[in-house]
Amino acid sequence: MKLHPILVGACSAMAFVGAARAETVTIATVNNGDMIRMQKLTDDFTAKNPDIELEWVTLEENVLRERVTTDIATQGGQYDVVTIGNYEVPIWAKQSWLEPLTGLPAEYDVDDLLPAIRGGLSVDDTLYAAPFYGESAMIMYRTDLIEKAGLEMPDEPSWEFIGEAARAMTDRDNDISGICLRGKAGWGENMAFLTAMANSFGARWFDENWQPQFDTPEWKEAVQFYVELMNDAGPSGASSNGFNENLTLFQQGKCGMWMDATVAASFVTDPEDSTVAENVDFALFPDAGTGNHGNWLWSWNLAIPATSDAKDAAKAFVAWATSKDYTALVAENEGWAAAPPGTRTSLYENPEYQEAASFAEPTLAAMNAADITKPSVQPVPYTGGQFVAIPEFQSLGTTVGQLFSAALAGQMSVDDALAQAQQVATREMKRGGYN
Amino acid sequence: MARTVSTRHKAIATVAAWFIALLIFFPILYTVVTSFKTEPEAIAGISLIPSGTFENYVEVQAQRDYFKPFMNSVIVSLGSTLIALVIAVPAAWSMAFSPTKRTKDILMWMLSTKMLPAVGVLVPIYLIFRDTGLLDTRLGLTVVLTLVNLPIVVWMLYTYFREIPGEILEAARMDGASLMNEIIHVLTPMALPGIASTMLLNIILAWNESFWTIRLTAAQAAPLTAFIASFSSPQGLFWAKLSAASTLAIAPILIMGWFSQRQLVRGLTFGAVK
Repeated sequence: MKLHPILVGACSAMAFVGAARAETVTIATVNNGDMIRMQKLTDDFTAKNPDIELEWVTLEENVLRERVTTDIATQGGQYDVVTIGNYEVPIWAKQSWLEPLTGLPAEYDVDDLLPAIRGGLSVDDTLYAAPFYGESAMIMYRTDLIEKAGLEMPDEPSWEFIGEAARAMTDRDNDISGICLRGKAGWGENMAFLTAMANSFGARWFDENWQPQFDTPEWKEAVQFYVELMNDAGPSGASSNGFNENLTLFQQGKCGMWMDATVAASFVTDPEDSTVAENVDFALFPDAGTGNHGNWLWSWNLAIPATSDAKDAAKAFVAWATSKDYTALVAENEGWAAAPPGTRTSLYENPEYQEAASFAEPTLAAMNAADITKPSVQPVPYTGGQFVAIPEFQSLGTTVGQLFSAALAGQMSVDDALAQAQQVATREMKRGGYN
Repeated sequence: MARTVSTRHKAIATVAAWFIALLIFFPILYTVVTSFKTEPEAIAGISLIPSGTFENYVEVQAQRDYFKPFMNSVIVSLGSTLIALVIAVPAAWSMAFSPTKRTKDILMWMLSTKMLPAVGVLVPIYLIFRDTGLLDTRLGLTVVLTLVNLPIVVWMLYTYFREIPGEILEAARMDGASLMNEIIHVLTPMALPGIASTMLLNIILAWNESFWTIRLTAAQAAPLTAFIASFSSPQGLFWAKLSAASTLAIAPILIMGWFSQRQLVRGLTFGAVK
């Protein structure tokens, strides 16, 4: 029996199978509406790229962050594409954990990305992640309730006006709170809002020498205003409320105003889920005469870990998922209002999108008002808006958030919360070698 | 009179037992009820009357494949349980019937490994798994779950084995039984209720383990715990869908527990009343 031809045949067959086997791209992501929609539309990508297979790992936001951090820091190489926020991108890029997104095809049109978003995802002018959707923060308010209160919302309201309007719109007998704001402790929960609010009051987390600034009058004024406003016009149990809880309250008609991520605009104006969809309008995040509107800027982005062994395939997927064509694909399948917002200038210039999404203009105005290179009107050594872009911020922000949440719940005074925040931050910055 | 008091005590004990049982069962009941609500209903307030929609189950199935994580859960929990029993039966036999002066210390040391927070050894284990190619594999997950539950399995079997009179094993030895025969043909049949309940409990523990199963897996070996976790959402309503996913994930183990409850109770009370 001649073995030689059989061996040659077997080897050829194995080589053929090897060559024909599709390259697998493993994508780690969070569970939100836009990401789920993307997963449903990936047939378009696999049809155009038959040699690439996609596998999804969907996790809760904090677990995803921890999981991906562990994998990248230990060079585990489990993921080829990761969904991360603009908080992580510059920090991870500086650690050389992310693959630079160079060499994207010309039709991708990098210059079409909103400048504020693109700036937050670049280090030394090199893009390290592609934005999937972006958001700022703005005021969502009930037109019927503000009219009933005899007031008119300015395009750029001050905190003073917000305080007056919230108290006037509060109707405890009918279970309506004038204002709903985040109170649940966490760096991405109450501290996202309070940091933006403090920015608008002229406060800053650190001075140029990384000295914490919670003992300044600006922080005192901001936190005192927040606690008093929520006590007078906020819902009960506000110290447990985050984005989802406030979304629910607003959709059920129990809030006169809500200040939060612009992405919520599509939820509160959706008549299927919101009982107040017909009576919602928007305004810019307030300021306290500083001209600073909080500088809240967040984006969920797709990045490629440096440890990926399928970088080219991963880049092809990232380019597809964040392209203009993908936006058009979403519009074709689910309408323009469902297009992922806050990443591309062309979307906001599109008349069909403007017509379908009543929140398009205020969203763009909010995003254009945010400048994460100058979070505060005072000089600062960091970038960021509703966060401080340093690795220590996750734990520090959460600890400070617990103190402010306790102040909101009445478990400690604002002065005590600020004094303890100052102590904690001073200790953490010393430990981190900042001063 | 004594009989009246006894009856009253029995009635009180029965009511208390029902109350505690309902209290323990309520979260599971509420999860199932919530899975048949719409998302706005799910967060509207506590109510045990759902609108009866099956939409969440349809949506959950449309979003993620249930079968793959289900099979991963079955393989990993059964595999880790069998390996743990193979290791633990001889270990417990040795400690129960041939104890040394260090046996108690060894048992305490084994138990003390459960006192370390799992996150404390996450990075070393992750690195070992990375270097041995065990990340995101069923084999890796089986190994880690075996190690995680082994102390409990050894302890439980040790407790059951101690209830068996050593003289019976001695008699078997005198009749010429080898060590293997003694364990397989004499000890195991006598301790079967204990071994069965240990096995069932270990399957339940492995099925429900979420720290390692989420952190050491990605797309291939992720079991049902990761399936549930994927439905938590940072922006948007998700309680009803999460409840549907949880119901689907716990249903197999609940059914298994229901059918094997007699064995479980018999094993858990083995030797409790002499």
